[in-house]
Amino acid sequence: MENEKHWTRRSAAWLAFKRDKSAIITVTLLFIIIIACLIAPLIPIDPDEPDLLNRLAPPDFSSEHIFGTDEMGRDYFMRVLYGGRVSLLVGVLAMLTSLAIGIIVGTVSGLAGGIVDAILMRAVDILSSIPWMVLVMVVSIFFKPGLTSIILVIGLFSWMEIARLVRNETQTIKERDFVQYARLCGVSPALVIARHIIPAALPTIITASTTSLASAIMTESALSFLGVGVQQPMSSWGSLLNSAQGTMATSIYMAIIPGLLIVIVIFAFNKVGNILRVFANPQVMSGERS
Amino acid sequence: MAETILHVKNLHTTFFSHHKKIEAIRGVDLDVYDGDFLAVVGESGSGKSVTMKSVMGLLPKNAECTADELVFDGKDLLKMSEKERRQMCGGQIAMIFQDPMTSLDPLQTIGFHLREVLKRHRGLRGKEADAEAIRVLAQVGIPSPEQRLNEYPHEFSGGMRQRVLIAMALSCQPKLLIADEPTTALDVTIQAQILELLHRLRDELGMSVVLITHDLGVVANLCNRVAVMYGGLIMEQGEVDDIYYRPQHPYTRALLGAVPNPKGHREGRLVAIPGSAPSLANPPAGCPFSPRCDFAHEACSQAMPEFIAYGGERRARCTLTGAELDAKEAAANAEAGKTSTEVKELA
Amino acid sequence: MTTPNNSQKQTVTAGNTPHDDIILEARDLCKHFPLRSFFGRSKHVVKAVDGIDLRIRRGETFGLVGESGCGKSTLGRTLIRMYEPTSGSVFFDGQDITNVTGRKLVDIHRRMQIVFQDPYLSLDPHLNVREIVSEPMRVGNKLSAAEIDDKVAEILDRVSLHRDDMYKFAYEFSGGQRQRIGIARALSVNPEFILCDEPISALDVSIQAQVVNMLEDLQEEFGLTYLFVAHDLSMVRHISTRIGVMYLGRLVEVAPADELYENPLHPYSRALLSAVPIPDPHLASMRKRIPLEGELPSPLNVPEGCRFCTRCPQVKDSCKKDSPQLKEVYPGHFLACGSCA
Repeated sequence: MENEKHWTRRSAAWLAFKRDKSAIITVTLLFIIIIACLIAPLIPIDPDEPDLLNRLAPPDFSSEHIFGTDEMGRDYFMRVLYGGRVSLLVGVLAMLTSLAIGIIVGTVSGLAGGIVDAILMRAVDILSSIPWMVLVMVVSIFFKPGLTSIILVIGLFSWMEIARLVRNETQTIKERDFVQYARLCGVSPALVIARHIIPAALPTIITASTTSLASAIMTESALSFLGVGVQQPMSSWGSLLNSAQGTMATSIYMAIIPGLLIVIVIFAFNKVGNILRVFANPQVMSGERS
Repeated sequence: MAETILHVKNLHTTFFSHHKKIEAIRGVDLDVYDGDFLAVVGESGSGKSVTMKSVMGLLPKNAECTADELVFDGKDLLKMSEKERRQMCGGQIAMIFQDPMTSLDPLQTIGFHLREVLKRHRGLRGKEADAEAIRVLAQVGIPSPEQRLNEYPHEFSGGMRQRVLIAMALSCQPKLLIADEPTTALDVTIQAQILELLHRLRDELGMSVVLITHDLGVVANLCNRVAVMYGGLIMEQGEVDDIYYRPQHPYTRALLGAVPNPKGHREGRLVAIPGSAPSLANPPAGCPFSPRCDFAHEACSQAMPEFIAYGGERRARCTLTGAELDAKEAAANAEAGKTSTEVKELA
Repeated sequence: MTTPNNSQKQTVTAGNTPHDDIILEARDLCKHFPLRSFFGRSKHVVKAVDGIDLRIRRGETFGLVGESGCGKSTLGRTLIRMYEPTSGSVFFDGQDITNVTGRKLVDIHRRMQIVFQDPYLSLDPHLNVREIVSEPMRVGNKLSAAEIDDKVAEILDRVSLHRDDMYKFAYEFSGGQRQRIGIARALSVNPEFILCDEPISALDVSIQAQVVNMLEDLQEEFGLTYLFVAHDLSMVRHISTRIGVMYLGRLVEVAPADELYENPLHPYSRALLSAVPIPDPHLASMRKRIPLEGELPSPLNVPEGCRFCTRCPQVKDSCKKDSPQLKEVYPGHFLACGSCA
């Protein structure tokens, strides 16, 4: 009985995955990309070492530079891998930051209601009405450039959508009998949120977090592309795209490779979100209700 | 005996989900006669609703339904094309459901709903359709039907919505009306009104009514025949008085014992039925009620008991006859009485 | 605010003489829900509970019946201070709990518990039975894992569940078993009073009897007092000592269970009881049903005077002006009717 029910949940997610061909392809690619980025330091090629004889070599799988080299003759494959490390790290950490803020603001706002809700939600409205690019650019001037500040800047200005979603979800969940009961018994609001609301809001949170991860990677790329992101010699997919601008006419591959990777990764994370949401769906979890 | 309007023989319905199959109906034989008011009584998951949906061809795609015979008004439903059957079910056989709101489009007026049905099943249009719509609304007891024709479902109360659904069903002039728990979502006073309406309409229009319900109390003074279902099978069927006053099957007896005595208050405890209904994903080989039955013996759990006939239409699916049950019960009571006197003597 | 000439109103309370052991008392209790319009200003007020006087004696089961929308659930929840009363007062065990807050309210809720209607929505699907049942007792108490295990096992035993069920999740149980988990959770803090908010209406007939029997046994064992809210009138008669009939936010009649069923006085009680399904063909066909005319008025716009005057078969002119109060017409039988008293 028990196994059967748990199996239902897992198999529902598995079915959702199996039916979606593009999900299989992109998730497999994502998996390969992540593994490659993780094991990059184990590959004995230095991404910063120039090979001045082989500058702007086009990709050639038979040579030692399979993705070619950049304008300084650095191995582009390794630069893409190291860039991927930065992009993914920024994506994950910025997502966690915005998720943390979004969940706290959303649940507190939704549970407390009244004046607290009004103040927090107006703050969300104000923050989200300013074009994020402007906001991030202005703030990034005051921060010292570096990885930490990029993560913080992206994280601190992308939680509003999550907060709004979580707040709406909280408002429905708090009306359910088991939440009302917990409050009646005097369970503290923090515990009510942690024990009842967050697990119930998990499907929403998962979807929001994958979207947020994708958009963090995109924001970082955009910032780096505009030159306010990661600084040389460190690179990310966005900064690689940026530096590819100068040699666009001759070496289009330098723009295509990181661009393609960004697209694949973002697409794949959205797919993962869809599947995880099926997995966390309480209706699937609780089996059939006749 | 009156003419048979619906004849069902050996109906099986199975639902397939991706990793299991649920045998919702496991061989149901049922006859509905002309002018019948038949109550199909059972708890959730007993298959009472699925039986009627199978007859109507209203099952979801993952269901498989087989029957040896399925005849309505002399026409074989199994041999009909999909289209013919759909025309038949909804026209000649009409069905109403528990929640009237899900059967009505909230964005369309009541008049629109009725005109749709009249156009599709009777080819009425324009003024003719309006007049007929007003007539059926009046027939189901909706006051000032001319005005209410232009109102939207949300402007009607629950009871009135159910009346609208009945009106929609009647507008096709059905020979058989199937009502699937039509009053479960309603209050008792409204429930009584709706049930009386169904009863009155049956008499006025000479149609047959099948009422699906979980409440034995609801149908006592309305229906003339009762079929009690459990675990995808009919356990007992017969005339209404036989079922209520001389139940032969242990499940029917238990069901009647589990509700408070209508005559008085607190004559001790209710007789609860222990345990819970069987899972139809993996139905027991024997009698589905045997795990909860006071009279169960070894044979019950091994093979499905056959019906014992008690004359006429009356039959019960049990290894023991009613008389044998009575004898057993009397013996058990005597035993209990003896022990209690022994206890008293000891004290 | 709601009842005119409040000053002249005589306090007649539906209980017995004052020396009875009253566990819960409501005095002119009101609960109104403002409906907010688009701009956040409250224009309309739903008077779900409007001027209820009620006394519940220790150890009895008080049944509360009425049709949906009559405010019976709201009254129950306001009485246990799950909802804030709009006006009036509630006394629990002699103590005014109308304005109690914080830690003291938590203590009150240890003594007054609730069992919900829907056994699917009232148990958190993400928690196992041990976490669900131990939730109320852990508030403000540091209990070791072993202590929790022992207590939960003991309570599960009381509701005929097995000790090993502790680590299962709610969705692994049937409706009746879930309702027993709900009862176990309420019992976990040794309450004196339990609000049973339609605890059996979502269950199958054969399971209802199990739950009702269990509630009766527990009442006897722990000396509990129940407020039993339900719309299944035959079950209410079986379980209740006294019954109150509600209509549109008011109590119209309060009487001992058998007395009410055999001799209902209020026209609404009569109509309601005459519609109760009887599982006996002869009795059912012998009974005369008293039809109710018209529809339930919107709670936003309740009739003036007696609330039942728009549908009452015995309505008099005076009914449309004066709002009748509960009066004792026979010993223990209270009635609020202007035309038949």
